[in-house]
Amino acid sequence: MTRLELDRISVTLAGRPVLADCSLQVGNDERVGLVGPNGSGKTTLVRAIYRAVDPIAGSVLLSSDNVEKLSQREVARRAALVHQEPVTYFEFTVEEIVALGRAPWQGPFDRTRQVDRVVIREALAQVGMAEYGSRQVGTLSGGEKQRILVARAIAQKTPLLLLDEPTNHLDIHAALDLLELVRALGRATLCVLHDLNLAATYCDRLYVLKAGRVVAAGAPVDILTPALIREVFGVDCVVLTHPVTKSPVLAFSRKTKQDRTPEPEPVPHPRRSR
Amino acid sequence: MAARNRAARVAEVGTPAHVEVGGGRREPVRRWRHRSVRRLSVAVLPAVLVCAMSLAVLIGSVGLRPGDVASVLQNHLLGGSRPVSEVNDYIVWQLRVPRVLLAVVVGAGLALAGAVLQATVRNPLADPYLLGVSAGAGLLAAITITFGAAAVAGLSTSGAAFVGALASTVMVLFLARQEGRFTPTRLILAGVTMSYLLSGLTSFVILRGGDPEAAQSILFWMLGSLASASWSTLLIPTMVVALGGGYLLCHARALNAMVLGDDGALSLGVAIHRLRTRLLIMTSLVTGVLVAVAGGIGFVGLVIPHLVRILFGPDHQRLLPMTMLVGAIYLVVVDVLCRVSIRPEEIPVGVVTSVLGAPVFLWLMRKSGAGR
Repeated sequence: MTRLELDRISVTLAGRPVLADCSLQVGNDERVGLVGPNGSGKTTLVRAIYRAVDPIAGSVLLSSDNVEKLSQREVARRAALVHQEPVTYFEFTVEEIVALGRAPWQGPFDRTRQVDRVVIREALAQVGMAEYGSRQVGTLSGGEKQRILVARAIAQKTPLLLLDEPTNHLDIHAALDLLELVRALGRATLCVLHDLNLAATYCDRLYVLKAGRVVAAGAPVDILTPALIREVFGVDCVVLTHPVTKSPVLAFSRKTKQDRTPEPEPVPHPRRSR
Repeated sequence: MAARNRAARVAEVGTPAHVEVGGGRREPVRRWRHRSVRRLSVAVLPAVLVCAMSLAVLIGSVGLRPGDVASVLQNHLLGGSRPVSEVNDYIVWQLRVPRVLLAVVVGAGLALAGAVLQATVRNPLADPYLLGVSAGAGLLAAITITFGAAAVAGLSTSGAAFVGALASTVMVLFLARQEGRFTPTRLILAGVTMSYLLSGLTSFVILRGGDPEAAQSILFWMLGSLASASWSTLLIPTMVVALGGGYLLCHARALNAMVLGDDGALSLGVAIHRLRTRLLIMTSLVTGVLVAVAGGIGFVGLVIPHLVRILFGPDHQRLLPMTMLVGAIYLVVVDVLCRVSIRPEEIPVGVVTSVLGAPVFLWLMRKSGAGR
């Protein structure tokens, strides 16, 4: 069963096409990576899944149901999001933030119940932060904050996890820890990653986006070729094999100036009509 | 909800006073947020409110004997027939009691609206007047006071103020709207700019009016006062705060989710854009009605929510009811000071809310290390 299926979706933002004809599937227990240059539409693709943007064409299916036919709450019961670290005002504790993951399952007047508390405690234990429950989120390090957000997503108990650049701003230790943790969860995952080597190591399959289109999809070892990297990112690389993990390792070198694909031309922002 | 249940629930989620964390760092969890303090407050705050209200009925610009006040209350509330003079009956039952009740309603409503708006636009500096409510109300009130009711189609000052509050809110919402949505930054910019515009016009009206007495009463109005309280002026604010408050309390959890940003809230099942529109309209409605009866009482809606956050944490399910309680207590106490400190004159409420509240808040802020 596919947890997520994007069927030829197109998205425009402020009149500018951002995604065109993108199809993507995430199967049960599959970890799928989404890579591509800045501005290629990765985040927009993820946002279309939880209905922050609505595609102008195509459909998004979560566990076989079109998200357009689901309530926002029902969407939140099927897909949980870990996005880039938000600005937190108001000094919430770790426990309170993780408790938010229970929101899609609670009525307006429900308090955090015993069953929720068990889920929250388990989620914190899973990310290795069981003792941090009463700490204020503002006092944590970047890696710890990101783990808290993963714990919140775990507490949401959804069949699908969406991660939008979860390793941003993390040092290599924290980044590996986090992805290791996500792998250990064994849940269907769609993960936007900037680091191609991390993507090659931790994802079963990759989708490569360029200028709003899927230009390659498949197992990392099959699709991460020097030709594709040059076409999509405009850099040269050598593909090696990691002696221990056997996953592909990309060693990048300088930009090849003459071959470099030109930056997509900036489209002038259209005046909004009133 | 029964206080007992809430106390039990508070006890369950209570936190240990100290938490040992990795690396030997030891962080004192705020003393005030300790569960015993929380549990105590749930029971104590309503009691404090009742005490403050009783005190406020007993004290006033005219010295009445407590026995007389008690007699009046007994006559009206319990159907007694103890002998009281007509003047005393009027002072207590027609002046003091409605005024104290209005303080409760206004204090609770403003503090609640402030707390909700701060979360809705994710900005700790937001207050109930963010969308130009008080500036709009102030302008029309100034016009009415300066040029008479005829200038505003025969409306009373408070009627005109309400119209001004609503008109200003509608304009700000219209200007801030972008593709059917409201983004926090645009709301704040549109609101602040509109407030400046309307305040400028208000100053112009005052200067053109050239009547020092009118200028005085406009100033008094803009600083806020509960002197207009009567049983009949109490009805609408009470209903609006009760209904609006009920609606806002229903969305406490969604307000928590908003802390994670628009996308974070969406992914938690909160239809953020629809909800934000509704919350903005509801808080503006509540604030507009309160401004119309009590003028532009400042500080309560900005600082009471922060105060309550320091004391009880930022979880809106606890924060919102507590904010209403503390806001009510604060305004009742402040209004007593306004009435008695330079009697028979009155100090505008807004003066005392700020002068008394600011030092207390700053002290608490430093002591608790809030706003890190």
